[in-house]
Amino acid sequence: MAAFGSFALLIALALAAYNLLAGAIALRLIATGQPTAVSPERLADTARRAGIAGFVAVTAAAFALVWSVFANDFSITYIMEHSNRALPGAYKFSALWSGQEGSLLLWAWLLGIYGFVLRLTHKTDVKLYAYAGTIMAGIQVFFLAVLCFAAPPFALYTGQIPDDGNGLNPLLQYPEMVIHPPMLYLGYVGFSVPFAFALGALMMRYPGEKWIKITRGWTMVTWLFLTCGIFLGMHWAYAVLGWGGYWGWDPVENASFMPWLTGTAFLHSVMMQEKKGMMKSWNVWLIFSTFLLTLLGTLLTRAGLVSSVHAFAQSSIGNWFVAFMVIVLAVCIFTYVLQRKHLQSEHHLESLVSRESSFLFNNLVLLVACFVILWGTLFPILSEYVVGNKVTVGAPFYNRVAVPIGLFLLFLTGVGPLLPWRATSFRSIRRNFVVPVIALWATVIVCLVAGDTPWHDGAFDQGNFYALVAFALSVSVFTAILSEFLRGAGVISRQTGRNLLVGIWLLTRRNTRRYGGYIVHIGVVIIVIGLAGAAFNRNVESELGVHDKLAIGPYTLECVGFTQDSNLNYNSEYALLDVYRGGKKQFQMSPEKRVYLASDQPQTMVAIHSVPSWDLYVVYEGTNPDTGQPIIKAFLNPLVGWIWAGLVVLVFGTLLALVPSLSPATAALRVPAKSAPAEPALKGGSL
Amino acid sequence: MKNAVTRFSFWMKSLQACTLAVAVCFSLGATDAGSRFNDLGHRLMCTCGCAQLLGECNHVGCPESGREREELKSAIAAGKSDKEILNWFAAKYGVTMLAAPTGHGFDLVAWIAPFAVFGAALLGTALLVRRWSVGKSLASPVTDAAMEDPEERERREKIRRETGSDGGY
Repeated sequence: MAAFGSFALLIALALAAYNLLAGAIALRLIATGQPTAVSPERLADTARRAGIAGFVAVTAAAFALVWSVFANDFSITYIMEHSNRALPGAYKFSALWSGQEGSLLLWAWLLGIYGFVLRLTHKTDVKLYAYAGTIMAGIQVFFLAVLCFAAPPFALYTGQIPDDGNGLNPLLQYPEMVIHPPMLYLGYVGFSVPFAFALGALMMRYPGEKWIKITRGWTMVTWLFLTCGIFLGMHWAYAVLGWGGYWGWDPVENASFMPWLTGTAFLHSVMMQEKKGMMKSWNVWLIFSTFLLTLLGTLLTRAGLVSSVHAFAQSSIGNWFVAFMVIVLAVCIFTYVLQRKHLQSEHHLESLVSRESSFLFNNLVLLVACFVILWGTLFPILSEYVVGNKVTVGAPFYNRVAVPIGLFLLFLTGVGPLLPWRATSFRSIRRNFVVPVIALWATVIVCLVAGDTPWHDGAFDQGNFYALVAFALSVSVFTAILSEFLRGAGVISRQTGRNLLVGIWLLTRRNTRRYGGYIVHIGVVIIVIGLAGAAFNRNVESELGVHDKLAIGPYTLECVGFTQDSNLNYNSEYALLDVYRGGKKQFQMSPEKRVYLASDQPQTMVAIHSVPSWDLYVVYEGTNPDTGQPIIKAFLNPLVGWIWAGLVVLVFGTLLALVPSLSPATAALRVPAKSAPAEPALKGGSL
Repeated sequence: MKNAVTRFSFWMKSLQACTLAVAVCFSLGATDAGSRFNDLGHRLMCTCGCAQLLGECNHVGCPESGREREELKSAIAAGKSDKEILNWFAAKYGVTMLAAPTGHGFDLVAWIAPFAVFGAALLGTALLVRRWSVGKSLASPVTDAAMEDPEERERREKIRRETGSDGGY
């Protein structure tokens, strides 16, 4: 199977190279109009078919690796290092991306899937798709070359083949790890598609904004995958690492966050181009930057440039990525300089207080946030290079610099949707903003009265202060968005005679993109409320004998026993804790600690009881070697569940925004009006 | 117009009053320094290589964090200032023990750059908006007579916004 896999990769590389060369030649011939013996259109089609065949080949290679994992073929070094016989089936799949070579193969395979779908749907716009397909082939050539020559997944083990493998990293033996990396990679790899379209459209001087509309769906789906990937990673860190948190500003976390920020900026600024024909160059560079940041993220993850807890995939392929990034950047700059006149657009702003301006400031804040994170991530390297001292840039830096920027962004999330395009009037501002402003100050007062004061034990507490601002802004933004829904739904309700809920549904269906976007904003607000809860985290730690008790918040934990278990994969020891509230037993928790046999590495399995107001989070830290009794650490983490609930809302909003809108006429047909429209404003609906 | 200015002034004064009230609340009681251990524990890294803050290191049997926490407690009890304590730890364990760059020398660049970039970007955006606004007024005056009437323009905006007739955000 190793030979089959290696051969499949070589075939895939050859096909991708043919796709790139034949596609480039054909597009060049079409552009220059030179007469040739072979029709350039036919040549371009052979390139497209080679791309499809390349997908089959890279799929075969991925299949070969998965097959080898399940067959326990330890003659392959990668399988020997990342799997073992007792590894459960689901985790054998995740062995595919648990190491350097496998994860690069996953990348190439996902790129192949995206390319396959792109090439199958080429009739949407044959020429633009040919450009995009050729550029995708160029990216695929790079990854397949790395797989064939720098990080071969099918390299054979030299020496005596062991009976069993080293096993999968225990940190990865958790259900979310079966879906978190593929989600994240779908996001990373997916940005290749809008990048390819943007570069292709620039190369061919594509007229109009159609390419933006074509890539919109791709970009949103990709953004959604990246978002889900990041949040799954957060949840994994929360549930597995046992430190009570979910985001540690680790360089690898930062690496996934940066393209998310620029991708989000792109999703907003692209509307300026669609509606006003503005910011064409800006949008092209945003998507170029996003793609380059996905490569940078991969470089940081793999090359060991910065210290990170994600050390399981470090290697020496950094030079390959640096070279590729330089090539990509050079191609982008060259193409832009050559074709920049095509991107010239007339920029008209009627007012500083308008939707256009809010998008500009939104982009400004998102990009500054991206810069701050990039700066913080790379500063240790810069410091070492300049003054010879490596410094740590950890959570205190980001909390002080990035959190205020994030709060400003939250403010814009509320303000932006309330501003109309072009210009507004003082009356309009007052009408739209008075309720959100009242909600903001009311929340501040309620929080202060409830005890969320920006001081703690007499000293200024930065965390509490940020939490107060976050709560107030969140309520204000939620009020603003809700009022937008209610205003529109009220008009439709009066027009159709249906109730307000039906009005909201019809309003949303008439413009899924806008109102789906608003729902995404509501999701963000819910997430921010959850994040702000971290300011009030508390924890206690104690050694617990049988019937010993530990109190935290309203809960009392009583140890009723501790025991051991074992299976082929790991030995475990865990405590049984009865949890009381108000003197009544509520439930039982059993935090666990495992030691995996193949790797002889320990792993924490946290017990979490989640309710909307907080998570009771209990860690079995091990046993005291002197007394033999278990050490239990309990956290009470307020509002964490809101983060995951916010993600669900965000996903729903994004999916809704992907659904085509109904025209007002169609919507009216679907829900017949009970009474004649009485709202004079709607007579102008066709204006 | 005069009414609008009066109302604007009223809202501004209300906003100022709220801000003042909250500021007064904020200033109450901000005198003691009882949470210094917690605060400093989150400004130092554990040196065992776990990449966690000293205040959050949760390794059972961690060879470093227990001793370092005791050292921190002793330093606070000895009446040392935050700066002295951080300097002492940096001198003993190296500057990588500090969880964030210091405010001196090249480290200062780490703190200044984000705000400098933010300021420059804000200025650049403001200039851009101004330029685009000026360009518009010189190049293409409003030709739609209806748009010259603020009431009419607002009515159209309302229609557009509430019916979603032109799609988009």
